[in-house]
Amino acid sequence: MIAVVEALPPDTAPARIDITPLLRIIVPVVLLLSWWGATALHPGGLISSPQEVGTALWDLAFGGINDDAFSEMLLPDLIASAGRVYGAFLLAAALALPLGMLIGRLRIVKEMLEPTLQVLRPVPVTAWLPLSMIMFGIGPKSAFFLVALGSFYPILINTIFAVRSVEPRLFEAAQMLGVSPARLFTKVVLPASLPGMFTGLRLGLGLAWVVIVVGEMTGVQTGLGAMIMDARQLSRTEIVIAGMAIIGVAGYLSDYAVLALGRRLLAWSPQHG
Amino acid sequence: MVEPILRAINTGKIYPGGIEALRNANLDIAPGEFVCLIGASGCGKSTLLRMIAGFETVTSGQIVVRGRPVTGPGPDRGMVFQDYGLFPWLTIRKNIAFGPIARGKPKAEALATADRFVSMMGLDRFADSYPHQLSGGMKQRVAIGRVLANDAQVALMDEPFGALDAMTRERLQEELLTIWRATGLSVVFVTHSLEEAIYLADRVVVMSPGPGRIVAGERIMLDRPRDVSSPEFNDIRRHLASLLHADHAREAA
Repeated sequence: MIAVVEALPPDTAPARIDITPLLRIIVPVVLLLSWWGATALHPGGLISSPQEVGTALWDLAFGGINDDAFSEMLLPDLIASAGRVYGAFLLAAALALPLGMLIGRLRIVKEMLEPTLQVLRPVPVTAWLPLSMIMFGIGPKSAFFLVALGSFYPILINTIFAVRSVEPRLFEAAQMLGVSPARLFTKVVLPASLPGMFTGLRLGLGLAWVVIVVGEMTGVQTGLGAMIMDARQLSRTEIVIAGMAIIGVAGYLSDYAVLALGRRLLAWSPQHG
Repeated sequence: MVEPILRAINTGKIYPGGIEALRNANLDIAPGEFVCLIGASGCGKSTLLRMIAGFETVTSGQIVVRGRPVTGPGPDRGMVFQDYGLFPWLTIRKNIAFGPIARGKPKAEALATADRFVSMMGLDRFADSYPHQLSGGMKQRVAIGRVLANDAQVALMDEPFGALDAMTRERLQEELLTIWRATGLSVVFVTHSLEEAIYLADRVVVMSPGPGRIVAGERIMLDRPRDVSSPEFNDIRRHLASLLHADHAREAA
């Protein structure tokens, strides 16, 4: 038997310097310096230097430097992409959450749908691109479909797993307290599987940001993906890298917001609270 | 004699696959009686308890609660599990209000009931905490509180203190007796500690494995609070130990 010892108070040793910010900044600084060093050693190489990318970012945001097709396009493109990312993500969630609950809890639905989904799942979003353009035409609908598709599976798989792995003890507890079998789903399954579903949503939204560039290869005019594709055709590598950086930061901020939301809503869960 | 609140009549359980977990068990529990089931693992004590709760079907005989055969789990028989079985997404207060709400009480009334039992179990400071923030002993208090708040007539307890440290265990035993005396609850308590059984029970039912069955029932006539180190306590302990071990000896022979 383990004796219960009162937890010791948090480290009360004399104030130490918090090195967390330092730890977090080391890798980015090293990467940036290596990038700068490498481009400085090969002037006129194909990869743009950090300074060129910085200038491109400024021009994308505020214009006034190049005054070309890319100037001042950051905000419109970001809004277009974010609209597709969140729209497609919500569509994917609206389909994947109920479907996952049905597959996870009803044997008949599982047997009917799971084999098909397991075969479709490994097909990458890029492979769907040509078919998607035939089905939905060249343009935003096609992009929307591809992003939704990319975000669909992680939500689905995590929802199935979450509703399937509810602790059996909780069903017994609810029943002995007077919950009828018909109400076990809303009283036990749903709340118990929220953390798992949340993980699926977080992964799904992350993947939507990953897939947005592929999605916007479908011939749409706006969006960060479209911007990167245009820049690539014009060999404007500094714009390509600036676009990559913008997607990275946008995806990070989006995930940070979702995580903060999860911490609020799932305070009861030791994994989230 | 008073009408038993709970009866197991020639109750047996054979699992699919042919394993006989319990054979021909007969047990009457009087209203307000505290009965401990004790025996080695495989003696069917947990199976019997789970059949009373309605979590397992009876394959022969029947179990009757207040005149009605048990067909499934119900709030008249509240269960306290060794692993607590609290709802992690609900605060302590709402865990205790869960039963009354599930049975259709208005929310405000259910929460008021819950507050009474939160206080009774000494959990006021933790009313708005979540289960993962509590120690094992605290969690078990919540589990007992939610059964009481739900107006259960019989409390079924499956080694409820088995996972707790010795000091917490003794405190909870004491509290359980106090609550039992105050409420007139009937208790069926499964344990594998002879000392715990003799300390708590009006009657100790000894069970034995292969197949699981009831081999003896001993009424404990000691006055409460009982002194576990008294000679009388030890006499009973020796006697019950011999009943438990007699069976092992025969098994080995």
